[in-house]
Amino acid sequence: MTNTLLIANRSEIASRIIATAKRMGIRTVAVYSDADAALPYVEEANVARRIGESPPAKSYLNQDALMQIAKEEQCTMLHPGYGFLSENQKFCEKVLGEGIIWVGPQPKTIGQMGEKVQARNIMNRAGVPVVPGSEGQIATEEEAISLAEGIGYPVMLKASGGGGGVGMVVCHSEQDLVRTFASTKKRAEQYFQNPEVFLEKWIEGARHIEVQIAASRSGEVVHLYERECSIQRRHQKVLEEAPALHLSQTTKEKLYEASIQAAKAVNYENVGTIEWIVDQDENFYFLEMNTRLQVEHGVTEQIIGIDLVEWQLRIAAGESLPLHQHEIKPSGHSIEWRLYAEDPKTMFPSPGKLSRWELSIAKGIRLDIGYREDNTVTPFYDPLLAKIIAYGDNKEEAVRLLHEWSNETTIEGVKTNLPLLQEVLVDQQFIKETYTTNYLTELQKQKGEQSI
Amino acid sequence: MTTIPSTMAGTVFKIEKSVGDTVSIGDVVVILESMKMEIPIESPVAGTVSAISFAEGDFVNEGDTLMEVEGGGA
Repeated sequence: MTNTLLIANRSEIASRIIATAKRMGIRTVAVYSDADAALPYVEEANVARRIGESPPAKSYLNQDALMQIAKEEQCTMLHPGYGFLSENQKFCEKVLGEGIIWVGPQPKTIGQMGEKVQARNIMNRAGVPVVPGSEGQIATEEEAISLAEGIGYPVMLKASGGGGGVGMVVCHSEQDLVRTFASTKKRAEQYFQNPEVFLEKWIEGARHIEVQIAASRSGEVVHLYERECSIQRRHQKVLEEAPALHLSQTTKEKLYEASIQAAKAVNYENVGTIEWIVDQDENFYFLEMNTRLQVEHGVTEQIIGIDLVEWQLRIAAGESLPLHQHEIKPSGHSIEWRLYAEDPKTMFPSPGKLSRWELSIAKGIRLDIGYREDNTVTPFYDPLLAKIIAYGDNKEEAVRLLHEWSNETTIEGVKTNLPLLQEVLVDQQFIKETYTTNYLTELQKQKGEQSI
Repeated sequence: MTTIPSTMAGTVFKIEKSVGDTVSIGDVVVILESMKMEIPIESPVAGTVSAISFAEGDFVNEGDTLMEVEGGGA
């Protein structure tokens, strides 16, 4: 029987998943909201179904509507992409309950890792180093103050149900903590329907490194090396590269080993990512595990020469891992730019119509694109327009490819962060890899620009 | 009377003031949500809120009047 895959997502990641499914002979069903009817992925799928009005709650988060379409189209598999329902345990259970294969881990794993307090405790018990912080959720302001004193400022106040950079505040003092405690709890309730918050030590001058892993149903776990993701704004990634050239080989080996240990601690199945905070002495701490495909999976695909969506689909179908650990060898260097519709100075969103959208096509540059010319970028979803993924023999070549690409690219109608991305490329901190997670904030400060 | 317009298209996430409340220059009166980001809208004047044009959850376009403020001034 031919498989039919429902893609419960939109834009570039829907196009990305459709491309692999097509190559594997899998029939694809796309869903689109009113705002997205003209996006490329809608045409690329074998079947496209309107799911609802534009707001996410009425479209890509509408579980009943998705299940209805899945049944009507006789879907046998569902790929959740990233964001939206991709880390929603209940939705995963619903999908499985209909006899449809979920392209991702078991629902229990999604639940365990989605709740950050629980995730920290599981990793602690498994002997995986975790960022120092509170052991459970914090009920009162007084409790938070007393715990923060024990941990030592600065601390990060985080929503247990949070993710994607939302629901976290850095507190440098007791006053900061008092000011933000109640509002962070309230916001956590509003956004994640979970008011639980906890504290973590905020490690200054740290880097954000993540390790891609893959695990089969039979329990074989491999790592697919690391990605350096420290260049962020509002705790969201803007540029990623692989490999992380600044890290010592010894530390890398330890990171890979700890990542496999973390995956095994939750009986992980399918493709996933463990995020680590690495301090200046190369001590590392578990931050969280993403139980889905990452936005930045492309840089790993480039340096290893594999298709992670294909791995996901094969593992979900019960196959063994396409490669064993000793067969997985990275080479070259890959850098991903996240092209956002936003003001490069203030980093405020910039919705609008893409009146000119001439992206250069070049050797060594992979484009994962969500839009085409004359599409409207609406305020309903995240500002990602496209991912520009360069691959070269080394970092210098990847940088050169991106320079050339941007010189031959014209975008009009919305503001993009392309000028900022170009600026990063020529910055000594980027070239020498001395940057940390504070990098973009500092860069904006130096220029005297008010960023948020 | 001063009108406070929306600086961009988005959804009204939170309305921080009610009709009759006094506001100072720079007070956050509305928080919009656009592209998964919260955007605070500040009052450019001091005065009293005389009208609120939208409810939380409503969609607004760039330039739509969010609020009217009476009296005071810049």
